[in-house]
Amino acid sequence: MKIVVPVKRVIDANVKVRLKSDGSAVDSDNVKMSMNPFDEIAVEEAIRLKEAGVAGEIVAVSIGSDACQDVLRSALAMGADRALLIRTEAVLEPLAVAKLLREVVAREQPQLVICGKQSTDGDANQAGQMLAGLLGWPQATFASKLDIGADGATVTREIDGGLEIIAVTLPAVVTTDLRLNSPRYTTLPNIMKAKKKPLDVIALDEFGVDTRPRLTTLGLAEPAARSAGVRVADVAELLAKLKNEAKVI
Amino acid sequence: MTALIIAEHDNDSLKSATANTIAAARRLGVEIHVLVAGSACSAAAEQAARLRGVGKVLMADARHYEGGLAENLAALIVSRAQAYSHVLAPATTFGKNVLPRVAAQLDVGQVSDIVEVLAPDTFVRPIHAGNVLAKVRSDDPIKVITVRATAFEATGQEGTAPIETIAPGPDLGMSRLLARELTHSSRPELTEAKIVVSGGRGLQSGENFKLLEALADRLGAAIGASRAAVDSGFVPNDYQVGQTGKIVAPQLYIAVGISGAIQHLAGMKGSRVIVAINKDPEAPIFQVADYGLTADLFQAVPELISALGQ
Repeated sequence: MKIVVPVKRVIDANVKVRLKSDGSAVDSDNVKMSMNPFDEIAVEEAIRLKEAGVAGEIVAVSIGSDACQDVLRSALAMGADRALLIRTEAVLEPLAVAKLLREVVAREQPQLVICGKQSTDGDANQAGQMLAGLLGWPQATFASKLDIGADGATVTREIDGGLEIIAVTLPAVVTTDLRLNSPRYTTLPNIMKAKKKPLDVIALDEFGVDTRPRLTTLGLAEPAARSAGVRVADVAELLAKLKNEAKVI
Repeated sequence: MTALIIAEHDNDSLKSATANTIAAARRLGVEIHVLVAGSACSAAAEQAARLRGVGKVLMADARHYEGGLAENLAALIVSRAQAYSHVLAPATTFGKNVLPRVAAQLDVGQVSDIVEVLAPDTFVRPIHAGNVLAKVRSDDPIKVITVRATAFEATGQEGTAPIETIAPGPDLGMSRLLARELTHSSRPELTEAKIVVSGGRGLQSGENFKLLEALADRLGAAIGASRAAVDSGFVPNDYQVGQTGKIVAPQLYIAVGISGAIQHLAGMKGSRVIVAINKDPEAPIFQVADYGLTADLFQAVPELISALGQ
């Protein structure tokens, strides 16, 4: 069984994001970039399925500028077999990403696509569900446990009230939640090996997909910052403040 | 112009985020229909009909809508959507699961997690863990939107909308609900509570969360947690407050033993009053706290409980 894993290059999750001084865009100059954390979990899950003898080949896919080769090399160093970069300078919306991934699925014919549930930059939480919708495949989102059987997958999903266990037919799209696994660290020998693994680059135009934006960003702003309040000396002072000043208890 | 609201419910009752979503839809200045798709879901449909601002409730009743799984539900919504200018659902795990599938099948984009309606086509939504607010305009013929419930006060309950039964779509047979393991609690729901007491890695164990339970019971509060506490197995996943967990905005948020990672702050910095109790005076949580107490939580929390009992 072949697995396709889309990975996105995002501002590292530990960086406090700021706008450029003119407010036109998020400042990503000299900022650490990493693989979207949920995509790392997706890569890890695919590798574990391969190690368990369930999956054969793992193909990592990214969409973006040449800089995205970094995150593809990281996926290869973790254990993906080959990588594909769909090269574009444009910043694409989730619908456009899903349409491109549909083309990748048509070429690669995987039985499973494992996506991160959301990227930590756009926070849209859309691409995996959209891909499933376009393909007419079932979707198992926010997965915290994944079991592949002979004729389908059993997936435990993290939902607002707790957990939900569903069965889906294959092929399917799965999106990862935090508790699915803990991604492995890459080792130096594997990083060296990853340099020799195939990484194809295809220009976005070659796919002939409509990737025009559907949303127009009219402006960006930083939310009003909360000012740090006061330190209280002890529990008694805290309770007094909450009762008499904030009036919340 | 008419908006279709996708109700979140468990067949017997409507989830409260539906009423917040209707409140957001009322800002659009359009007529409002609510779709209740479920199995033996007439009680939920009747509750939807009572919400202020609702013009009509559409009820689709079939076994294969029982669990609200995305494939059958999205197909039903898509079959109805051409009659609507907007399709909205709460940005809960339910809405986040179903609505992007709908948008893709309609070949339109989705505006996720809106916190403000500026015009029928223009919205504000947080990105980058809430560190940036983006004002966006949807240029698609049907606007597909998920709504952050805490940003809109729930609509009232004096409505009397008619309920129209509609024919269900077919069972596509792609997915089946096998089981649900829901957390049962007598405390208020995390996203609706007026007071939330949250614990982090500083609690050190699930056993120690009993301390927070005692505090929560004194205050009538819900209990939340940081990702670190959930990942460590102290509490179940549905306790998680943060960028990718639940977004809360109570009157009072008490963060106990939580350092205050960016991702956690994204889920709670809309709270009216924030209290932080942490033994590390440098913890970033103090930068957003209205009242900070540098103390060992194992001393401070019992003191707090006993003082509240007096």
